Formats: sequence, C-alpha cells, structure tokens
Amino acid sequence: MQKATFLALIRLADDHLILGHRLSEWCGHAPMLEEDLAMPNIALDLIGQARALYSYAGEIEAAGRDEDALAFGRIEREYQNLLICELENGDFAQTMLRQFYFASFMLLLWEQAQRSSNTILAAIAAKAVKEAKYHRRHCGEWVIRLGDGTDESALRMQAACAVLEPYLAEFFQVDEVVLEMSKNSILPDPLSLRAAWLADVCEVFGAAKIAPPDLSHAHKGGRKGRHTEAMGHLLAQLQYMQRSFPNMTW
Amino acid sequence: MVDLQARQAWAAAAAVLDPEVPAVTVADLGILRSVEIDVNGRAIARVTPTYSGCPAVLAIELAIEVALIKAGFDPVIERVITPAWTTDWITEQGREKLRAYGIAPPVMGSSSKRALFGDVVVACPRCAGQNTSKLSEFGSTACKAHYRCNTCLEPFDYFKCI
Repeated sequence: MQKATFLALIRLADDHLILGHRLSEWCGHAPMLEEDLAMPNIALDLIGQARALYSYAGEIEAAGRDEDALAFGRIEREYQNLLICELENGDFAQTMLRQFYFASFMLLLWEQAQRSSNTILAAIAAKAVKEAKYHRRHCGEWVIRLGDGTDESALRMQAACAVLEPYLAEFFQVDEVVLEMSKNSILPDPLSLRAAWLADVCEVFGAAKIAPPDLSHAHKGGRKGRHTEAMGHLLAQLQYMQRSFPNMTW
Repeated sequence: MVDLQARQAWAAAAAVLDPEVPAVTVADLGILRSVEIDVNGRAIARVTPTYSGCPAVLAIELAIEVALIKAGFDPVIERVITPAWTTDWITEQGREKLRAYGIAPPVMGSSSKRALFGDVVVACPRCAGQNTSKLSEFGSTACKAHYRCNTCLEPFDYFKCI
C-alpha cells in the first residue's frame, strides 16, 4: 500500500516536473511577451506542485531521499511520467494543445483528489485545483483562437492534433498502482475521468472547429519507465547541475 | 502573560511586507495564518503560499523569522497548505492598499471558466474607470494579470482571483 502510494505520487510528480521543464524552455522564445510570461508562470505552478508531491513521496519512502534527490537523482528508467509530458514542444500551437489536454485532465483529477482519504494529498489537490482551472482556461482559449483563427493557425492546430493524438490514451491507462489507489479512495481511477475529459475537450474543439480526438491507438510505456528519445535529452539538461555538483545548493 | 506575548509576536510577524508587492503586509494578504507561543516559549508562525510555485515563499518565511527574532522571540516557521489560500483572505485594508499602490484588487468570485472573453469587470485602480481590457492572463508575478484602462489609457496589474 505505501509502495503503491509512493509510486502514484512519483508518477504525478514526474508528470508535473517534466512538463514544467518543457514549458520553461519557452522562456524568452514565446511569440509574444504575454505568452512569454504565461508559460513560465504555468511552469512555476507545475514545478511547485511537483515539489509538494516529491517531498511527500520522500517522506513515505522514508529512505532519506528529499525532493531534490527524487527530482534530479534518478536515471531515465526510474521516471514514470506520461510520454506526452516529455515530447519536444513543437510550435506554439502544439505546446498550447498539450497544455490544454493536460490541464483539463488534471483539473478533473485534482477535483476528485480533494476528497482523498489521504489528507496530505487532499491538501495538495485543493491548492492545485485552482491553478489547473486557470491553466485550462488560458490554454483552452488558445486552442479555440488558433483552431478557428487564420488558415495558417488552423493548419498548425490540426498538425498539433495529429502529433499528440497517439499519446492521449496513456492518460487513462489502468494498472495495479492505479487500482490500489482507487480502491483505497486515495486517487481516482483515471479511466473514470475519461468521459468528462472527452466532453471538455470536445466542447473546446467544437468552438475551435476541430474534429474530436481518436483515442483508439496509444503509445504507452511512460508509467513503466520506458521513454521516447526526447527524454534523455531533456534529463541531460534538467539534471546537469546536480550531476556535475552533487548535493549542490544555491 | 502568554496571551500578551502571542499578541506581540503576531504584531511583529504581521508587519512584514510582501517582497513582491511591498505595499501590503503578509497579514493583509492573508498568508500569515497564525502566530502562537508554544509550551516551550517558542513563537510558532504558520504561513501559507499563494501559489504552489510562488518563488517568494522562502523569502517571506525568512523575513518573518527575522522579524520575530528581532522582536526577541525564538521562532519556528511552519508552512501550511490546507485550507488552500484564496484571494478572499486579502483583508479590506489590504485591498485598499493594493488599489492605492496601482494594483486592482481581485474581483470577488470572478474565477469563472471563460472569463477571458470578458464577463468580469476590473475597475482601473487609478481612475476607477470600468472600461478596461485584459492584455495578459499572466503578469509580472504568479498572482497577477495585466490590464489596460481604456479611459485613462494607463496599463495596470490586476491581482487575479483564485
């Protein structure tokens, strides 16, 4: 049980850290100043949420690993994030679409997790749900604006849909860790969130004039530590300082 | 005796200014939740972050610790995340200080799903004009958005509502 809770926390924390890191890569490169502020702001929220999750995971594991050891001190195979989080950013449309998918999913998950039988996780969720709501709104409006915008922006958004579509079903994958969490009312079974998530996505896609996503094919492996080629490159940058100067502090 | 000490400790901690919005104190913002004196005479200050990733949290905690030490206390800073901070905890005095500083205080209950396309009126903190437009959903810090007043044409920060 403690082992499953530890793994569930690590998965969530890895999703947030890796996606937060990807978003932070936009800092100084966004197409306009407003988005240059927005993306690092969202990244900060995600990394803040990851910190809370890693710290708690470290306490549960009780093996002396703190948030930094968990965030920076593991090898690629030990990270259990969803593959969609580690993919390269692509263009602005692809970045916003991914962020919308993720925020919409996390909003549903955090809403349920606020009532978790685990009070610490419930507290983290109560804080994160407000942030996810803001992210979902911001990114959803961009999906609409680009999808139903100019010919160029519509093409970009359609291309982004095609790139990300095979990574969506992994959100809803069920395994023994997920079942253990839902059985004990610690975290919801992601499969139970699928219909609500799809409804939310379809509402935004309807306004954006985009066809609903097809979830029948899925790349999987993130939850087992099997990653895409992008992951090693990401970790090389993310872990550089701690690998060069172990246990360094600012 | 203990009660007086607790009041003095609260007064010392509550006077600490927010490092990113130095017009308001940590008490005005509602992020200093409580200060009490424990059985060993230590001052326990409980602080809650605004956003999960707020980079100012550590600076705020250090500033409160220093303020309590200067006031002669032996402080312990505890970070609490439940119940989650909300902009509704900004005091009336804090809201007025924000406005005077040029930051529009949060419009109560405006955290709606589709506020981007204009269902919330944020009044200009300078001229009180109601005709304003949102320039950016995210501003210079995690807790702010960026607006422009269409009456006096000044840009301003809005303390966004969560």
